[in-house]
Amino acid sequence: MKMHLDEKIWLTISFGIIMGFMLITGYQAFALEMGPPSNMETIDPQKVDQTAPFDKPGLKQIGDNEYEVVMTLQAFGFTPNNIEIPAGAKVTFIMTSKDVVHGFEVAGTNINAMVMPGHIQKITQTFDKPGNYLVICNEYCGAGHQLMSTTITVK
Amino acid sequence: MAAAIPKKIMETTNKAMGISPEDAKITKSYIFVAFMALLIGGFLGLIQGLNRAGLLELPSWLNYYQVLTAHGLLLILVLTAFFTIGYFYASLSHTLGGLLPKVRRIAWVGFWLKMVGFVLAVIPILMNEASVMYTFYPPMAAHPVFYLGLVFIVLGVWACCIGSFIQVANWRKNNKGQHVPILAYFATGVFVLLFFALIPVAIEVLVMILPWTLGWVETINVMVARTLFWAFGHTLVNIWYLTAVSAWYVVVPKIIGGRRWSDLLTRVVIIALVVMNITGGFHHQIIDPGINELVKFMHVFMSLAIGFPSLMTAFALFAVFERTARRKGGKGLIGWWRKMPWGDVRFLAPFIAMVAFIPAGAGGIAQSTNQLDQVVHNTMWIVGHFHLTLGMTVVMTFFGISYWLVPYISKRVLTPQINKLGVIQTWIWTVGMIFMAGAMHWVGLLGSPRRTSYTTYGDHATALGWDPYLMCLAVGGTLLIIGVILQVYAVINMMFFAPKGETEFPIAEEEDNATKTPYWTERWGIWVVVMLIVVAMAYVIPLTEFIVNAPPGSPPYKTW
Repeated sequence: MKMHLDEKIWLTISFGIIMGFMLITGYQAFALEMGPPSNMETIDPQKVDQTAPFDKPGLKQIGDNEYEVVMTLQAFGFTPNNIEIPAGAKVTFIMTSKDVVHGFEVAGTNINAMVMPGHIQKITQTFDKPGNYLVICNEYCGAGHQLMSTTITVK
Repeated sequence: MAAAIPKKIMETTNKAMGISPEDAKITKSYIFVAFMALLIGGFLGLIQGLNRAGLLELPSWLNYYQVLTAHGLLLILVLTAFFTIGYFYASLSHTLGGLLPKVRRIAWVGFWLKMVGFVLAVIPILMNEASVMYTFYPPMAAHPVFYLGLVFIVLGVWACCIGSFIQVANWRKNNKGQHVPILAYFATGVFVLLFFALIPVAIEVLVMILPWTLGWVETINVMVARTLFWAFGHTLVNIWYLTAVSAWYVVVPKIIGGRRWSDLLTRVVIIALVVMNITGGFHHQIIDPGINELVKFMHVFMSLAIGFPSLMTAFALFAVFERTARRKGGKGLIGWWRKMPWGDVRFLAPFIAMVAFIPAGAGGIAQSTNQLDQVVHNTMWIVGHFHLTLGMTVVMTFFGISYWLVPYISKRVLTPQINKLGVIQTWIWTVGMIFMAGAMHWVGLLGSPRRTSYTTYGDHATALGWDPYLMCLAVGGTLLIIGVILQVYAVINMMFFAPKGETEFPIAEEEDNATKTPYWTERWGIWVVVMLIVVAMAYVIPLTEFIVNAPPGSPPYKTW
């Protein structure tokens, strides 16, 4: 089959672009540990309140400016609410849903994770810049979905 | 042999005399339903756009999420499915010498199954018993009748798939050793994809959701349901795309007075899109729990692979334009552009559709890579992306097709007035979409979520900062509704009122010195097996993980 030289060049570049995306994605995911939230633990979605650690949701300091937030999501709110942390804090959110599918997004950061009933999701972020961050549910979860929000204050 | 001769005669008469009234009626019905869906769905879209910008408060009996569910269902399922089937059944009739009586009956059975299913699905939506969006993720549970409606729609589409397979198989039997005409080949690819893509969603709805909403089983595995949905959902996207691509490769070159690009490369693109498609669905689950990072990385490749045939297409189409324009005396590096028929809506609309696919496809590549997806997942960016892809690339191609397909099936002609109206419509649509999809992309990057009615989150400064973009979105939406009205008017005019006459079904020829396409392109059995192997590679590991290590399931919830 005849193929134009131009077309060969174009297709080589095309292939290169796709492979470039692959390499960068792989490098970021595995070398820089920037992979997307992919926690594998599970939980009984109907017994969240009785299961550790979700029986005691809240903010906990676990190291030098390192925190853990155990959080439950349910229509239409987050527990705990209105979290306060010092600037530079490295925070790991450990989350699950008590009812339907929710999303956990902190506007202005790269925090974005699906929170499914039956699954425990984890995501970590270092908050360097002080400010009042808006936390929202970004997966439609019912009539009050637009109200499901809270804040994180970084001082 | 005896059967082959009258067959040949029939084919020639069909090409010379146009479509038979029986076949025309099928396509006419499908296209009519498609554009009615556009009209209603378009108005629902306007309502959302205005609400989202804070300009319109909805009455208590009609909530945002009801409107959004109906908008999605009408435009993503009804408009696209009915148009695709109507267009390809006309193509099969035209290129394969008329539909077999059996196939015609199947097409009607499919039509009514879908209509019944659609009515069944809409009733609970209107009663606010099914505000679950077109994705209906469990454990949110709508009224069982909603899912029953979906089952009927699936059966209706399956019927049309089987009808097309019978038609093509019959032609191949009577034309041994020959290549299936290119548009029928596209149709085969599309219906093969539809047939297989519907299997996972049929399992989800029939085996998992229906027994669960009827109370026969108590809980459901939410991750399995979600994964089966996206195995279908993303394939559907590429089915529309492949339909649009068929017009780009085959119809548009004829309209500009040119020849087709290499027949072999066209068929290779079709095969590639069919084989690699279903696995693309996983990029909707990049930030889900329960799937490990290695599997997610493999799926980046599976999703990006689709980009390759699209980049082949980009080259082919622009090469056809340049070659044709130069033959007509176009000169210079860019000067040949002046030789393109810019005043012909049948060219202009699909051309802008193709151009829109450049940013749309680039956005698609960006958001199927893990870390970039995490930035935009479930934000308005995604909504902007599929308004560029579906709302511009696919739908504008469909609009372009309508200006010859509708006159062709109704034995009327495209008048200069309607052509002019079409050109104006195309520009209004383009500007409207640039405003709307542009604003959606930008505000999504800033974090504004999709599928959320008007809210300022207690006047939070971040959310208030999104408002100007949402206003831009509403402006775009308003322009688009004008576009919808003009387009529907044009279709109705061409279907029932335009002057009588013969309209050509435009199919471009190959170049005179074209090399012969090898016969392996016709081996659909092999391609289907390859497709199933790729699907197995993609889905066996995660589905096994979800089932073997499944958490206790979820009961149904109605949270609206």
